[in-house]
Amino acid sequence: MDASWLIPLAPGLSAFLLIIFGRSLSRRLVTWLACGSVAVAFSFSLLSALRLRAAAGSVPYPARILLSWIRAGDFRADISFRFDPLAAVMVLVVTGVGLLIHVYSTGYMAREKGYARYFAALNLFTFSMLILVLASNFILMFVGWEGVGLCSYLLIGFWFEKPAAAKAGMKAFLVNRIGDAGFLLGILVLLFAVGSAEFSAVDQAVSGGAIAKSTATLAALLLFAGATGKSAQIPLHVWLPDAMEGPTPVSALIHAATMVTAGVYMVARMNALYAFSGTAAGVVAAVGAFTAVFAATIALVQNDIKRILAYSTISQLGYMFLGCGVGAYAAGIFHLVTHAFFKSLLFLAAGSVMHALSGELDIRRMGGLRHRLPLTYTAFLIGTLAIAGIPLFSGFFSKDAILSAAYAGGHRLLWAAGLLGAVLTAFYMFRLVFLAFHGGERTTPEVRDRIHESPSSMTVPLLILSGLAAMAGWIGIPAVLGEKADLLRRFLAPVIPVIRTPHAGSSSEWFLILTATSAAGLGLGLAWLFYQRWPGLPARFAAWCPGLHKILLKSYGVDEIYQAVLVRPLVGASELTYRRFDLGLIDGAVNGAGAATRFAGRLAASLQTGRIKDYALGFLLGTTIFLAWILL
Amino acid sequence: MIPAGWFFAVAAILFGLGVTAFFVRRDLPTQFLAVEIMLNAANLAFLALAKPASAAAAQTIVLFIITVAAAEAAVGLAVILVVFRRRKSVRSEDLRILKG
Repeated sequence: MDASWLIPLAPGLSAFLLIIFGRSLSRRLVTWLACGSVAVAFSFSLLSALRLRAAAGSVPYPARILLSWIRAGDFRADISFRFDPLAAVMVLVVTGVGLLIHVYSTGYMAREKGYARYFAALNLFTFSMLILVLASNFILMFVGWEGVGLCSYLLIGFWFEKPAAAKAGMKAFLVNRIGDAGFLLGILVLLFAVGSAEFSAVDQAVSGGAIAKSTATLAALLLFAGATGKSAQIPLHVWLPDAMEGPTPVSALIHAATMVTAGVYMVARMNALYAFSGTAAGVVAAVGAFTAVFAATIALVQNDIKRILAYSTISQLGYMFLGCGVGAYAAGIFHLVTHAFFKSLLFLAAGSVMHALSGELDIRRMGGLRHRLPLTYTAFLIGTLAIAGIPLFSGFFSKDAILSAAYAGGHRLLWAAGLLGAVLTAFYMFRLVFLAFHGGERTTPEVRDRIHESPSSMTVPLLILSGLAAMAGWIGIPAVLGEKADLLRRFLAPVIPVIRTPHAGSSSEWFLILTATSAAGLGLGLAWLFYQRWPGLPARFAAWCPGLHKILLKSYGVDEIYQAVLVRPLVGASELTYRRFDLGLIDGAVNGAGAATRFAGRLAASLQTGRIKDYALGFLLGTTIFLAWILL
Repeated sequence: MIPAGWFFAVAAILFGLGVTAFFVRRDLPTQFLAVEIMLNAANLAFLALAKPASAAAAQTIVLFIITVAAAEAAVGLAVILVVFRRRKSVRSEDLRILKG
């Protein structure tokens, strides 16, 4: 029996229960409900995926209509799911990583007042994300797309008493709104051009030539605008660093592993459209490559452990888009999967550090933690090795798959940018490791006394994720190391045709592996020189070119630019319209009407003298005039 | 037989007297009487017109008007009495509390 449609049910039900009854349930029950529902979803996902693998390639993956939703004339949108290999991969990541993070949260959030509220939002998020990846049409996907945005807002602003958190939630919501407007327009363009919002219909229109190239480009670019918002790509990346105001497990689940990858998933889902357009794919690749380098340079100088990871996430998402843009959609998804493991591992380990250090975020006040938090240190180190692309760890394989696709596709500039990004990635990650975990202890004495390793509810997920981050790369071993070893790409082949990724020869494959490895080694070596061998070097470097250092520290001032170019003029214009139009015209008209009525009333009131004779006179006059009018 | 026009002339004169009295006098009872005179002038006009047309309906209406006028006179005089008791005055100029 196909149970794939049951996957979102349990988290949705649990979210519903927690929202309605959450306040009156005991913490124990909330814990079991929240984690249990995701565990149920995960087991359904696993069963469905295994079933799919057993029936590999033989079925065209029919969409399963659960409910007919909107039917108006020719237009129809149903609540319908399609469980194909791509959806299977996403669902496994969402429920698998989601389950681990739910368990971790029970430890991390144990003393929070809004425990039930937290898990209600987290379950609702899981539900929405599952809807997003299982939907078989754009309309339902958009529902999930907005649902995860809502949960992101709720969870970033979880500590809403803190002004910064409330503001960050608002910012994330507003920036996403801009992207979502593009996304919605893209859906409308496809609806007009294809006449249906079903993914399969769009694919058919593309392969059957029923859609013009210019229309396809327009639709693809508008959809990508939505992806830049959700996946924090330039120019809409500004919300993600601020989103770190939310609880750390939220950063791990939503702002690293799952929600922010929705854009990548969407592009991979629409691979036929992007490949057909060509121009759109080029834009995706260029934006991705630029973002990858841009965000990595910012991460070089940040001092907030979560902000470093946030910029790193933006950069890694850039890699995924780079992969999709050069036609290696499977490689993009591969990196999505490995990134979900190692980045959520890094975030959870960072959360464990914060937990131990009474909420300390600044790496300048850490140092020497490897002896005090051995488990956390090991987990963080494995995550770092994976993201830096050290051979045999997962990030190495996925990054190599993207870079070699860029190289083989002839995009040398993009490849070089990716390579530069790899050096930067290794550098800032090992800088983080060296500053936080090695060297002398720079913690304040009162914090130092209370350092403790996290409870097992937090360390067990760390251990499992460490294993995944280390080994997940083995599902995508490049062809040169073994025939038929790239399991993931072959699994995805029915959805993402392999033909679109040209292969480099075996010798250039080795060359690429070598360059990628040396890039990682270079970054690691430089970080060692800067932060281990000669610790005075970074300060001298900063003094040598203070302008650059300041610009990087300020994240290129993008926020300030938006503030000056967009926010302030907008606020000014609203202020002006408020004063002139609202207060002047609208309120003026309303108050004027009132004043006119009062004035007329005062005039008419003077007729009412209270003297009977005046009334009688009026009566007589009126009757006389009336009679005269009738008779004459 | 007296022509209908004469009746009509009498009615008009009566009505005019009533109106004049209403505006000239300042005490409520007299003004009230003036209203009654106007009412009866109207009755007379009714009958003067009804006779040549031999319309029974008009005579019925006049009977009704007399009845209603009687009731109205009772209520009106009672109101005037109450006003006098409360305000010790029946001058219509003194009763101006309904001024807007």
